[in-house]
Amino acid sequence: MVAASPGAAGLFLELGGILLGLALLGRAAHRWGLPSVPLYLVAGILIGDGGMVPVVPARDFIETGAEIGVILLLLLLGLEYSGEELMGALRTGVPAGAVDFGLNFTPGLAVGFALGWDYRAALLLGGITYISSSGIIAQLLGDLGNVGNRETPVVLGILVTEDLVMALYLPLMAGLLIGGSALTIALEIGGAVAVVFVALAIAVFLGERVSRVVFSRSDEHMLLTLLGLALVVAGLAEQVQASAAVGAFLVGIALSGPVEHAARQLLTPLKDVFAALFFVFFGLQVDPGTLPPMLALAIGLAVVTAGTKITTGWWSARRAGISARGRLRAGMTLIARGEFSIVIAGIAVAEGIESDIGPLAAAYVLILAVGGPLLAKAADPISRWRAARATPVPAEP
Amino acid sequence: MTEITETPLPGVGVRHDFACGNDQRVGVVSHHSGRRELLVYDRDDPDRVSETVPLSTDEARSLGTLLGGPNIVERLDDLRQQIAGLEIAWLPISPNSGLAGRPLGETQMRTRTGVSIVALLRGDQTIPAPGPDDLMLGDDVAVVVGTDEGIDEATRILGAPTA
Repeated sequence: MVAASPGAAGLFLELGGILLGLALLGRAAHRWGLPSVPLYLVAGILIGDGGMVPVVPARDFIETGAEIGVILLLLLLGLEYSGEELMGALRTGVPAGAVDFGLNFTPGLAVGFALGWDYRAALLLGGITYISSSGIIAQLLGDLGNVGNRETPVVLGILVTEDLVMALYLPLMAGLLIGGSALTIALEIGGAVAVVFVALAIAVFLGERVSRVVFSRSDEHMLLTLLGLALVVAGLAEQVQASAAVGAFLVGIALSGPVEHAARQLLTPLKDVFAALFFVFFGLQVDPGTLPPMLALAIGLAVVTAGTKITTGWWSARRAGISARGRLRAGMTLIARGEFSIVIAGIAVAEGIESDIGPLAAAYVLILAVGGPLLAKAADPISRWRAARATPVPAEP
Repeated sequence: MTEITETPLPGVGVRHDFACGNDQRVGVVSHHSGRRELLVYDRDDPDRVSETVPLSTDEARSLGTLLGGPNIVERLDDLRQQIAGLEIAWLPISPNSGLAGRPLGETQMRTRTGVSIVALLRGDQTIPAPGPDDLMLGDDVAVVVGTDEGIDEATRILGAPTA
């Protein structure tokens, strides 16, 4: 008979309770047509520091789970696009990607500097406002039946360029956060960028061969290979003081070819569990008392960066020859921020460079993860309303 | 042939669409997973899909057959009308024939009779353009193309038990 350790009962009860609670929240979110990320965050905030029911035994496990969650989130982000799709984005997506970056990174960066934050915290806030949530957007496109729409390739193209930007941004931030003299920082960043290009080159030129090594007919063997590989690379990255998440992301980028789709299917359920723990853990670290002072700022930032995403989508869709209604849909669809903004905020919190960035990011993501999908759904009604106002319906005789 | 536009959808798959004669646009999204979606575009807002019909791999194939996609019999009939002297025949492979369970190449059909086996029909399954390594099973029907005499010879080879 195998006896569980003495603390196990408490751990199981708490962890099970949390997972069941998240399951209920997820179902409720689905019924209301909302993404689950904001509800998981709220759950974390409520059971965390200064919350209503602080969890004790499960906290360590949640913390480890959250770290694995980040690794899986970024591994899957890297896996999302094939080397070919990434190269396609480099060929055709640069103008839209540059507009997206310029319009959406700047507000966060500017607010960070205006608040007198450390420049690295300001750069991280720029990243938080820049990156759209590919998870929420993929769900939205499916729910609204917009996958086949002619503006959808524009939206997806922008998401691919964001993925590429992350490939440079994350190692860059990791380099800056290690700190040191200007020379060491430059060397670290140079090294990081070189590693990114190696990963991209592997994806583009050796995708088939890497796939053949990793691929196995047995799901079990392949899952263990993938998970082991991601964790080892993440661990190595952490050892050289680059972020573990960056390592996992690069593994995802480097894996391509036939193995890619199989890997995504295998890893997604695992990611769902651990990413939920990650959102809860991020919420745990946010004291609800620190949220109200940040609320006005978060709302302001959310309104501005919703506007800049609409502009990005509108401009890019117009370049692709899409009509006004489609342009508005593209812009509104891009508004949602979610998992990756939280990942970036998580880096800031872990480094402890700025105490306000956690609550600000939490409030910001809560607003746009809920508001983004609502606005995306409102795009067509708004277009109809605009059309009706422009051409008044003749009065009934 | 209608001009079909192909658009890659990163992370999703690929979309094909074309405009029908009446200006209605239709298309298909092929997901990486093999799932298909049939799209009908909105007449008022041609960028928007007004109807999406999700199809499993099997359903997509059924729809394709209904629409006359890989309808091999019809195509062959057209071919026969175009080339004088070309005959097509459906020859059952006898389960008693020594060839049942053997690869096609062993019949040396083309060398001996000049007849080509262009498809094998097995139940409601079609194996188009089978190679020399594909196996013939008893009760398969071979669709063959050749001259009259060649087909007579082929019938003998496939039908009779080889003593």
